[in-house]
Amino acid sequence: MSLPFVRILLDRVVGALVVLCVMVAAIPVLVLFLFVIIKGLPGILTPGFFTQSPHPQGVPGGGVLNAIIGTLEIVGIGSLLAVPVGVLIGIFLSEYGRNQVGDTVRFISDVLTGLPSIAFGIFGYSVVVLTTHHFSALSASIALAVLMLPVILRATETALLLVPNALREAGLALGAPRWRVTLEIVVPAALGGIVTGALLAMARAAGETAPLLFTAFGNDIVQTNPLQPMGALALTVFRNALVPYPNLQDQAWAAALLLVILVAATNILARVYVRRIQR
Amino acid sequence: MVPTPLVAASHQRPLVSGDRVFSVIAYGAAALIMLIAVIFIIALFIPALPAITKFGLGFFTSRTWDPVRNQFGALTAIYGTLVTSAIALLIAFPIGLGAALFLAEDARLSLVRGPLSFLIELLAGIPSVVIGLWAFFILTPLMRDKVDPFLQHTVGFLALFKGTPTGYGFLTAGLVLAIMVLPIMIALSRDVIRAVPRELREASLALGATNAETIWSVILPYARVGITGAVLLSLGRALGETIAVTMVIGNTMQISASLFASGYTLPSVIANEFTEATGNVYLGSLFYLGVVLVLITIVVNVLARLLIWRFSGSARASA
Repeated sequence: MSLPFVRILLDRVVGALVVLCVMVAAIPVLVLFLFVIIKGLPGILTPGFFTQSPHPQGVPGGGVLNAIIGTLEIVGIGSLLAVPVGVLIGIFLSEYGRNQVGDTVRFISDVLTGLPSIAFGIFGYSVVVLTTHHFSALSASIALAVLMLPVILRATETALLLVPNALREAGLALGAPRWRVTLEIVVPAALGGIVTGALLAMARAAGETAPLLFTAFGNDIVQTNPLQPMGALALTVFRNALVPYPNLQDQAWAAALLLVILVAATNILARVYVRRIQR
Repeated sequence: MVPTPLVAASHQRPLVSGDRVFSVIAYGAAALIMLIAVIFIIALFIPALPAITKFGLGFFTSRTWDPVRNQFGALTAIYGTLVTSAIALLIAFPIGLGAALFLAEDARLSLVRGPLSFLIELLAGIPSVVIGLWAFFILTPLMRDKVDPFLQHTVGFLALFKGTPTGYGFLTAGLVLAIMVLPIMIALSRDVIRAVPRELREASLALGATNAETIWSVILPYARVGITGAVLLSLGRALGETIAVTMVIGNTMQISASLFASGYTLPSVIANEFTEATGNVYLGSLFYLGVVLVLITIVVNVLARLLIWRFSGSARASA
């Protein structure tokens, strides 16, 4: 018994098309990495890239020290704000949140997840910059903290829900109050998932540009005071790409490579940590 | 001598129990995110008020964007946003669906399936400014010198492909957006297709249908609602993408039928003009654009999630 030729042919064509689609989807990633590495590597290896501030336009040399410190500090402060709150909300959702309050929180979190990143920039500008009348790293940290919040709280909730109820019941049966069961038994059991969520949120925040444009604003000198405008790697990539000086454009590629390495390293760290915890 | 009791007798309950305190803290955290949501809305609306009261709903139909005369309208930016997102979906939908079918279904090439999935997931994690940088230096010259002239040669009689290609504009921006939404489109549709009950597939194959026929008449109809949700979530992402689009769209306030022409999108206007906006009405108009953008993305996202919930509900019910 054999199928009509047309049906076989059609099946083969569809099979081939499907493979083609995967290839087409994977090609941009490869091309992208290739270019970022090839064009960024010379810049990263240039002496002074990690230790100097940018030189004025047209003057060769200089580095991105201001942006490295800025990215670390902005994301760091943002994480300090977002991680404790996010984990607490996650605990609320999993331990107390089977009600309308919980559903409302989940809805808000989903809506925040879907908002365009530039909306968080507008938020930071409106809440902090408009009231203090100047750009500051702190306003960027606050914007990024709100952006990170839904990622952290959802990861925490998911991780806590995976903890078997028998553990909770065992703790309660030993006479421990619920808060100690939650903090000393449930949360430690779910720590892997929680840390992963926090790291993924940090990786996402470190790569964001739009929320920084009119909050941190950028700064060509090294600035550590969070109440002042501050540079960031993402801002260096964006601004240097658009100026007509080859050395600054090279710096944009190098900063992009550094940013990709930073984001990838955080992602890998998150995965490795999960594996170690699970063992 | 009285032996010390093993368990300390606590006749008096403490005035404030730890459980009470902890639940108050947890509820407080929940209240905090609601407060943030409220502040978010207020923070967007209040600075937009000068523009909302001045232009009202006429803002949506006006093509003027004139900082000198203080006249502003959103139509041009809305047009650019819709056109670029439409191009993105037209490209990403078929490719994403095909890739998802392969990753969810195919028994062939199982060795490369893992690495391919991983590569596409990687794409989702690349910062948009890096994609923008690549598009700005690599993709735009390629479009200007190769792709656009080719389109003009073959389908140049259409109004869509008239004009001088510069490499910047709607088509390039749409292509960049397509690359950026592909990972979402693929991951979500792959999960939806995997949720199609195995028995349905096997029944179809057992009846003698080929793989292609099973996809067409069993899997796709079953997964339709979920796939629609995936498309809408991709749309939500495309509508709000800022930096990469800003770097390749050309940033010109104009409506043009040609896809080679420069334009503007809601997020890229905000990104470009925010820090130079002077006066309440100009800044207010940018905030107004922000309000419009946020409302559109919320509607699209909520709709998408409803569809995906409905799908996973029905998939669970029939499994």
